Amino acid sequence: MSSVSATPGAVAPTAERTGRRPPTARIYGWELRKLVSQKRTYLGLGLGMLLPLIFVVSQIIRGHPPRHADSIFASEIFQSGLATPVLMLTFLAAVFLPLIAALVAGDIVANEDGNGTLKTILTRSVDRGQVFAAKTLAAITYATVAIFLSAATATAAGVAAWGFHSVRTLSDTVVSAPKALLLVFAANAVFLIPLIAVVCIGVLLSTVTRNSAASIVGTMGVTLILAIVSQIPGLEGLHPYLLTQQYFAWQGLLRTPTDWSPILHSLWVCALYTVPALIAGYLFFLRRDVAGG
Amino acid sequence: MVDDEAPPVRARGLVKRYKEVLAVDHVDLNVNTGDVYGFLGPNGAGKTTTLRMALGLILPTDGTIELFGRDPMREGARALDGVAGFVEAPRFYPYLSARTNLELLAALDGDGAASRIDEVLDVVELSPRAKHKVGGYSHGMRQRLGIAAALLRNPRLMILDEPATGLDPAGMRDMRTLIRRLANDGITVLLSSHQLPEVQDLCDRVAIVDRGRVVYEGALADLRRQGGAGYRLRTTDDARALEIARAQSGVEGVSATEHGVGFQADEQHVAALSLALAAAGIGILTLAPELATLEDLFFRLTDEAHGADGAAHDKGAQRLVEAT
Repeated sequence: MSSVSATPGAVAPTAERTGRRPPTARIYGWELRKLVSQKRTYLGLGLGMLLPLIFVVSQIIRGHPPRHADSIFASEIFQSGLATPVLMLTFLAAVFLPLIAALVAGDIVANEDGNGTLKTILTRSVDRGQVFAAKTLAAITYATVAIFLSAATATAAGVAAWGFHSVRTLSDTVVSAPKALLLVFAANAVFLIPLIAVVCIGVLLSTVTRNSAASIVGTMGVTLILAIVSQIPGLEGLHPYLLTQQYFAWQGLLRTPTDWSPILHSLWVCALYTVPALIAGYLFFLRRDVAGG
Repeated sequence: MVDDEAPPVRARGLVKRYKEVLAVDHVDLNVNTGDVYGFLGPNGAGKTTTLRMALGLILPTDGTIELFGRDPMREGARALDGVAGFVEAPRFYPYLSARTNLELLAALDGDGAASRIDEVLDVVELSPRAKHKVGGYSHGMRQRLGIAAALLRNPRLMILDEPATGLDPAGMRDMRTLIRRLANDGITVLLSSHQLPEVQDLCDRVAIVDRGRVVYEGALADLRRQGGAGYRLRTTDDARALEIARAQSGVEGVSATEHGVGFQADEQHVAALSLALAAAGIGILTLAPELATLEDLFFRLTDEAHGADGAAHDKGAQRLVEAT
């Protein structure tokens, strides 16, 4: 800076600020750009794409569908490539996809707090509520992209291996390939409902704990505890209200006629997890001390 | 829009307690428009905690702090209009370039901040490295980028927490030059530091904090006068000058020194003494004020506040605050 005096007046206040806040959409855009700029973002997305590929390759090598499979779609995979994304969703819904969602949701506030960049952005012209909203939306966007990338990869690999054919549903009826394709993506969209709840729990823990690892482990801990509760005899009455039970509500779409009741049930049960987590996270974020970094 | 009437910073009874630790203890601050205001204190005195409260990053346990009449905790980002700066080291996204970091911050500022990116990069001389990732920047470069990020906001008040920390001598000199220029450009500067020469060189008003309490607030010149405005006198006849000075009313602490006579007096009595010496036929070779350095005063104040018991601390602090 030895020549700072060579540019006199360059930093003098020149215009009165208008006091207008930047729109939250702009902050959200930058949250996405930050995610895109970090290598670790691609870890979860890459794994979500890799697992379906591993599955398809392993089944091609094996040469026949599994016998005595629990899922009707497991026995269908060699008949239609469109059974693969449904089967993958069944496999990945319980742990893997919530983990991918938790990786970013648990990190999105805590990481910035630890690195000190949270104080950098909170001393600009944006309100805390805007930052919280943008971060939550970015984490939801990441989970959405992860699900659909995984589904698209599974669909493409399955179709490439076994063709674009009609599929048998859970009601033992057959749907055409185009309709099956639509159902695959609708099923993934329905799976987003409980996954958004997982994201919101992750963002809450990220805000409260200020520790990325603790938030990610904590988020997975919550889902694992709920999964364990669902296995405890005598607590069957709780099952309809457990978040983990909602992970499979999408299967209602794969019945003929479509069974909307588990999906509607999932909507309000997941809201019981999502809304309190969001409100608590928001209120905590508004009032918390930012002393990291 | 900021309130032109309200002072840039005004804190009243500001308290921050962390469980058993009282980090900030009823601090009052008054930073006026145009001040280069030094916020002095040893490490752990509560400076950074106070600045965090000023920027709305942490919630006071009690009391208020306002920027241009606005409370950051109540009014959020609105209270930071016209305000910029950083606490502790400025932090950026290491995986983004300096320019992208500034683009991000400009997007969060609005009001044409993006159009000032090139300008502020030039001011801190980071234009040639603007495309490099901040992760590879030295500490000094990050400090400069912190200044650039603050300037993006076109501030009327800059809050700088230890801006010269970790800089080499040339970097420190350049940082002082820049701060002086900001002040010349009409920006009020609140400068936290424990580097006394820096504050003495730059600031016109100071607050000295120790253990969370303000032990002095006011003009630096007043503080130095209170610290004992001494004079050094050399004459054509120092022995007689010593006698005359001792006999002169209003002249105190008269002593023979290695280089003449030392004494303390206000300006009126210094004038009277010089006339008395002239009347006695003694020529004045040197009559120079010897103000206490900020370092002397700082240690005097903080040592006094560190009295053996709490009462001594309280009385010392109270006396100094009242004296202002």
